[in-house]
Amino acid sequence: MADHSSTAPGTAHSADHGHDDGRRDFLLLSTLAVGAVGAGLAAWPFIDTMNPSKDVLALATTEVDLSPISEGQSITVIWRGKPVFVRRRTKAEITEAKKTLGEKDPEADDKRTKKPEWLVVIGICTHLGCIPLGQKTGDPKGDYNGWFCPCHGSAYDTSGRIRKGPAPTNLAVPPYEFTGDTTIRIG
Amino acid sequence: MKTQVLAAILGGLLAFGAIQAASAAEGQAAPKLKWTTDGVTGHFDRAELKRGWTVYKQVCASCHSAHQLYYRNLTDIGFSEAEAKAIAAGDSVPAGPNEAGETHVDGSPIMRPALLSDKLAAPYANANAARAANNGALPPDLSLITKARKGGADYIHALLTGYKEPPAGFQLQQGMAFNAYFPGFQIAMPAPLVEGAISFDDGTNATVAQMARDVSAFLIWSAEPELEDRKRMGIKILAFLLVFTALLYALKRKIWADVH
Amino acid sequence: MATQFKNPVVRWIDHRLPIFTFMEHSAVSYPTPKNLSYWWNFGSLAGIILVIMIATGVFLAMQYTPHTAMAFDSVERIMRDVNYGWLLRYLHMNGASMFFIVIYIHMFRGMYYGSYKEPREILWIIGVLIFLAMMATAFVGYTLPWGQMSFWGATVITNLFSVVPVVGTVIVEWLWGGFSVDNPTLNRFFALHYLLPFVIFALVFLHLWALHTHKSNNPLGIDVKGDKDEIPFHPYYTIKDSFGLGVFLIVYLGFTFFAPNFFGEPDNYIPADPLVTPAHIVPEWYFLPFYAMLRAVPDNFIDVFGILPIIISAKAAGVVVMFGSIILLIFLPWLDSSKVRSSQFRPVFKWAFWLFLLDCIVLGYVGGQPAEGAMLTIGRLCTFWYFFHLLVVVPFLGKYEKTRPLPESISAAVTAKESK
Repeated sequence: MADHSSTAPGTAHSADHGHDDGRRDFLLLSTLAVGAVGAGLAAWPFIDTMNPSKDVLALATTEVDLSPISEGQSITVIWRGKPVFVRRRTKAEITEAKKTLGEKDPEADDKRTKKPEWLVVIGICTHLGCIPLGQKTGDPKGDYNGWFCPCHGSAYDTSGRIRKGPAPTNLAVPPYEFTGDTTIRIG
Repeated sequence: MKTQVLAAILGGLLAFGAIQAASAAEGQAAPKLKWTTDGVTGHFDRAELKRGWTVYKQVCASCHSAHQLYYRNLTDIGFSEAEAKAIAAGDSVPAGPNEAGETHVDGSPIMRPALLSDKLAAPYANANAARAANNGALPPDLSLITKARKGGADYIHALLTGYKEPPAGFQLQQGMAFNAYFPGFQIAMPAPLVEGAISFDDGTNATVAQMARDVSAFLIWSAEPELEDRKRMGIKILAFLLVFTALLYALKRKIWADVH
Repeated sequence: MATQFKNPVVRWIDHRLPIFTFMEHSAVSYPTPKNLSYWWNFGSLAGIILVIMIATGVFLAMQYTPHTAMAFDSVERIMRDVNYGWLLRYLHMNGASMFFIVIYIHMFRGMYYGSYKEPREILWIIGVLIFLAMMATAFVGYTLPWGQMSFWGATVITNLFSVVPVVGTVIVEWLWGGFSVDNPTLNRFFALHYLLPFVIFALVFLHLWALHTHKSNNPLGIDVKGDKDEIPFHPYYTIKDSFGLGVFLIVYLGFTFFAPNFFGEPDNYIPADPLVTPAHIVPEWYFLPFYAMLRAVPDNFIDVFGILPIIISAKAAGVVVMFGSIILLIFLPWLDSSKVRSSQFRPVFKWAFWLFLLDCIVLGYVGGQPAEGAMLTIGRLCTFWYFFHLLVVVPFLGKYEKTRPLPESISAAVTAKESK
């Protein structure tokens, strides 16, 4: 309101109230300050409703029992609405994975696993978000025996690293830990 | 004139309040009790809630579901996460289709141990199963019961302790029990609480009065788990508003001082 | 005429889109009678509640599921799992009651001070339309939690349309999208509940436009005569409205935090069951006076008015009476022909007004009671008086009441009061 010059008739800012004006300005400023704090606080509950709710957070971790998975087999589990590939790698696959760092997004295999036998990666192609093939026995696994994305032909190796095609980075490794010999908790 | 108006408005509000009280149907009015959740500073007594949970779990839950509660909610009434997990693992819930796509094996559903993220296991698969097991009467879900009945926890407490012999000449239908607080005085639920039928972990004596109180308090929590947060926040916000409104009033007086 | 602003950015924008000039004219320098009492706070309060309702409503809609199988649980999820969901839901629930309290006070203030009279007839009529839109919004909104009262309230009220001759059933089935209140009904009610507040918003805009054309009425009900009678809206009424808002928020949030279910019905915390009707179906309190009028029409209406049964059944008459009670308000500016606006100078009308207010409150009480015995009789008498007041008392007093002399001007009256 301070930026208009027209003083309306009868406005309180008249010169003969100098002393009062000072007190009113102080009162006005403190009221405005308190009001601004109140308005700011009032906005938070509205914003916070859009954050993940308790029932969503309760599902933010997924526990996986690894015991039924035999060597060379993969399972897909859902974690936070995304597919996670859990693969029990064969000796040959591990050796293959350890031989190289990959080219496009070099990373050592032991940085990508907690136990060499188990590879846990988020099953979403880092190119444009398709789900790569290679989980089921009949699926194409691509040139590097890992996963193959049917959308634009990205091929991942047995460590989930990008080796060929347009995807820029390796399949992401989700945060997880072993809670027992054959159980992991993702998230 | 202002007083007339205020009187009229207040009268109106009171009238509406009276409507709520007056249309409480045929049952006897439940006596008003004191709860820790009452009033502006209302709060939960965690020990009471835990005892109430024991009563719910060991007595009520055999017929009554508490559909809105999750096992994870138990950490809000003083159980540790490990304890809540153990309680959950002790119950089983339908597991969903197995690899062969079956949900039932030999006619019974495939079950798995419950997780913290599961809702409390229900005693019956559906309302028809519940009726079939209870002489055609449907045990109501208890999670919102104190909000869904006039009198709230007072009513629940009165009902649980209100079983009596029917007065002479009262025609009780078969399989029904007499309860002065139940609308129509005949209730399909037999007196559920029996002295000493359960034992509390904290050593409290499990009298009928104690159990009724504890489980009613638990049901207040289950219906309004936000109650404590709500009242604490309310005090702060109203205090803030009183100060702010007082400031506004002072400013209003100042600004209007020169209007003649 | 455009206002000259100091800030160059503001000036640049205002030259192209005079939005700042508009705001300056309508909320800053806007000339307002200097004698407005606190009864004039309720208009701006209603506007603020509308904004609160839309804001809480939009965020609630992000979490709500309009499906018969999920609606009830989705509301409970809001109450339990959504961060501050309970706060938004209780604000919305109690906000509806507060909205009606404020609107009723606003309407009765208009009646007491004759704010509907020339040249403010259209202002009043738009107000009645806003009231109707609010009732529709509140009704469809109450269905959404899908509790027992939601379901049965929706069933009873939609069934009212079955009284339309010949096509009644067709209309009701069209409203339902089926043969009873069910999922299609819930879905469309949700869509309408989201839409109608914006219709109200548009009507409020027209309401304000009409208001600003002839400016506010005032407790004396006389026209403003020159600058001495007026003060600029800012800072005088901005601060007065702000103070009123503070008081209102204390009441509103007091209910929200400490008695959030005071205005509600326990039955609505029982999920809807199409096979079990609650013992007493009661609408929300703000509909009770109209509900009482609906039930006031006797079953033997047919015998009472020999000729009418051919065209109208008792049930239909109840519906006509109920909707008529609101529609009639539209004609109030013409039913009341008195040139004097304010009841302060109408000694008889003043009492008629208080009697009418009492009549409405008693109707509200009766509406919440079972329709039997004395309640039914009282309800009938009050319904009769409601119409008698509007159709007979008001026109009669307009013609024959001897009004007291009006003061010369607002400032003259204020000075006279101060010198006493």
